Amino acid sequence: MKRLLTFVLVVVVAFGAMIWTSPGLLNSTKLGLDLKGGFEILYEAQPLTGSGPVSKESLIETAKSLEDRANKTGVSEPEVTTEGENRIRIKIAGVSDEATVREMMKKPAELEFRSASGCAADAGYCKVELLGSDFVEGAAEVVYDNLNNPLISIKVKDKEKFGEITTRLVGQNLAIYLDDEMLSDPVVQQPLTDGNATISGQRTIAEAKELADVINLGALPLSLTEKYSQSVGATLGQKSLEETALAGIVASIVILLFMLVFYRLPGFIACICLLVFVWLLLAVFWMMNATLTLPGIAAFILGIGIAVDTNIITAERIKDEIRNGKSVSSALRSGNKNSFRTVIDAHITNIIVGAVLYFIGQGTVKGFAVVHLASIIINIVTNLFLTRFLLQLIVKSGRFNKPSYYGVKESEIRAL
Amino acid sequence: MRYKWQNFNFVKAARPVFIAAIILVLAGIVSISVFGMNYGIDFKSGSSVDISVSKPVEKAKVEEFLNSEDFGKYTFTSGEERISIRFEEALTEAQQQKLDADFKSKFDESASFEINIVDVEIAKEQELNALYGILIASVGIVIYVAIRFEWRFAISAVISLLFVAFMVISIFSFFRLEVNLPFILAILTIIGYSINDTVVIFDRIRENLRFAKLKTDADLTEVVNTSISQTLTRSINTVITVAFAAICLFAFGSEALKMFSLAMILGLLIGAASSIFIASPLWHLLRRKAKPHKTAKPQNAS
Repeated sequence: MKRLLTFVLVVVVAFGAMIWTSPGLLNSTKLGLDLKGGFEILYEAQPLTGSGPVSKESLIETAKSLEDRANKTGVSEPEVTTEGENRIRIKIAGVSDEATVREMMKKPAELEFRSASGCAADAGYCKVELLGSDFVEGAAEVVYDNLNNPLISIKVKDKEKFGEITTRLVGQNLAIYLDDEMLSDPVVQQPLTDGNATISGQRTIAEAKELADVINLGALPLSLTEKYSQSVGATLGQKSLEETALAGIVASIVILLFMLVFYRLPGFIACICLLVFVWLLLAVFWMMNATLTLPGIAAFILGIGIAVDTNIITAERIKDEIRNGKSVSSALRSGNKNSFRTVIDAHITNIIVGAVLYFIGQGTVKGFAVVHLASIIINIVTNLFLTRFLLQLIVKSGRFNKPSYYGVKESEIRAL
Repeated sequence: MRYKWQNFNFVKAARPVFIAAIILVLAGIVSISVFGMNYGIDFKSGSSVDISVSKPVEKAKVEEFLNSEDFGKYTFTSGEERISIRFEEALTEAQQQKLDADFKSKFDESASFEINIVDVEIAKEQELNALYGILIASVGIVIYVAIRFEWRFAISAVISLLFVAFMVISIFSFFRLEVNLPFILAILTIIGYSINDTVVIFDRIRENLRFAKLKTDADLTEVVNTSISQTLTRSINTVITVAFAAICLFAFGSEALKMFSLAMILGLLIGAASSIFIASPLWHLLRRKAKPHKTAKPQNAS
C-alpha cells in the first residue's frame, strides 16, 4: 500500500509540475526564424581595399558591430557568430522590415574621430576630423606607460593633417565614433606632429585592446558578401510551426495509445514517462536558452521515437521473462537488468553520431545535433530510470501480479 | 507473433537477400552515376523561392509574370497554397525585393515568402562536411562496438548501416527526389536508428552466445535465428511507432520537412530489414569463417 501511495504521489507531483509550468514554458520557448519569420545570412568577409587574409580580431570586431547595429534596429536577440576564418553568420527572427535591416548590415564599419569645434553648444561632437581610412592599417596596438597603465598607440598616414588637427584641438576632446556610437573621447594633450599618438584613460587592458581592435577595423574595414541567405515570411513561418506541431500531437497520441494497448501496465507507465520526457526536454531547452527551429523539432519528434523504443525494449523484455515462467517481480528484475545494457549500448552509439554532427555540422546540422544529444540524455533519465522506478513501485505493491496486466496471455507462459 | 517466427531460418533466408542487396547496390551506383542527385538549393547555387498564397493563383499568369521580370532561367511548380520557384542564378537583394513587391501587388497582398540563396562554394562545403560526418561517425561506431562487442559485430554493423544510407541515397537519385540539407540530417538520423536496431539484435546474440554450446555450424545458426526471433516483436513495434511519427511529419508537417520525413520512412524500413537480413547473417558468416582458424592453430604448433 505504501508503495502504491508513493507511486500515486510521484505521478501526481510530476503531472502537477507539468501542468503548472507548461504554459509558461511553451510561451518562453524561443522560436527560430523558420518558425516565426526572419532571416539568416552567411557573409564572407574581405578587406574593403586590396586582398589578403582577414585577421581574427577584425572578424570578431565586425561581428560585434553587426550585432550592435542589429540591436539598434530593435529586433529581438540577433544571433551573430563567426565561422571559420572569414565568415559571419547572422540570424534575426521576427523582423518586420527586413530590407532596412539587411541594408544596414551590409555597410562596412565606419570609424570617425570627431571634435566639437564650431558646433552649437548642445550639438556635441559634430565635426568629423578623421576617418578610419586615415589610420595606418593594423598599427593600433596596446602599449604600457611607466606606471604599467594600458595605452593605445596609433599611427596616421598623413602626418601634417594630424599635426594640424591636434594643434588646433589642444585641450579639447577628440571623440572616437564607430557607426555613430561614441566609444571614447580623449582630450588632446599636445600637438602631435610625427604621426604617432597614444590614447590613455582606458581602465582595463581588455578595454584598451577592444578600442585598438576597433581602430584597426576602421582602418581596414571588411566588406561583406552574402554567401547564403534564407528569409522566411512571418505567416509562412507560423504555418510551418502549426503544421509541425499538429504532426507532433497526432503522432504522440497514436504512439501513447499503441503503448497502452500493446503493453498494458508497462505501457501505462511508459506513457507517463514519455510525457515527463517531453516536458523535461522543453525545460532543458528553456534553461539552455536554446532556439527551437524546424530541424530541432524534427530531432524532437525522433527523440520521442527513441524514447518509445526504450520503453518497448524494457516492456518486451519483461514480457519475455514472464513467458519463460518467471514470477512478475523476478521477471521485472531480470528484464530490467537485461534491457538496461541493450539500451545503454544503443544510446551511446547514438551519442557518437550526435557528437560528430555537433562538431562537424554548421547551422542547421548543429541545431539538430544539440536537440538530438539532449533528447538522448534526457531519455536515459526518464525512460530508463524513471520507468524502472515506477514499475518497481507498482510491482512490489503486490497488487498487479496478473500476467495479463503485462500483455502476456496465460496460454503463452511456458512452465519452468 | 513471436511464436510464428520462432522456427524461421533467418540465416538461410539471408542468402537471396545478400544477392538482392548486391544487385541493388550496383543499381544504386548506376543510378547515381547516370542520373546523379537532384540537388536542391542547399547543394547547388541559385535561389529558391517558396510563396505561400492565401488564394489560388493561375499558373500561366505566374509564368507570364516571371518571364516579364527578367530574373534568368527558372523552373517552378505551383499548388493550391504554394508556389515554388527555382532560379538558376542567385538573385540579388534588389531582385528579391522586386519579386516580393511585384508579386504582392499583382497576385496576392498577403502572400508570404521564403527565399533561399546559396553560393556554390558553400553548397559544396556543406555536402563534403556531411560526408565527413558520416565517415567519422562510422569510425566512431566501429570503435565503440568493437570495444563493447567484438570486431566482427562492428564490421557487420557498419556494412549494414552504410548499405541503408546508400540505399536511401540511391532511391532519392532514382526517383529524382530533391536533396537538401534536411536530407543529410535524415541520413544521419537513419544511421543512428539503424545502429540502434543492429545493436539490439547483436546484444541478444552476445547474450545467447554465453549459454550456447557451439559445436557445429548449425549451433551458431541456431543462436542467430533465436536471437533475431526473440527481438523481432521489439523490432517491428519500434519501426511501427517511429515510422508512424515520420509518416505524421510527412503528412501534416511543414513543406520543409517533407523530404526529410520521406527519407526517414525509407531509412527506417530498410534499416530494420537490413539489421535482420544483412547485419546478423553477415556476422554469422564472419564468425563461421573464423572458426576453423581457431582449431587449426594449436595443430600447427604441435
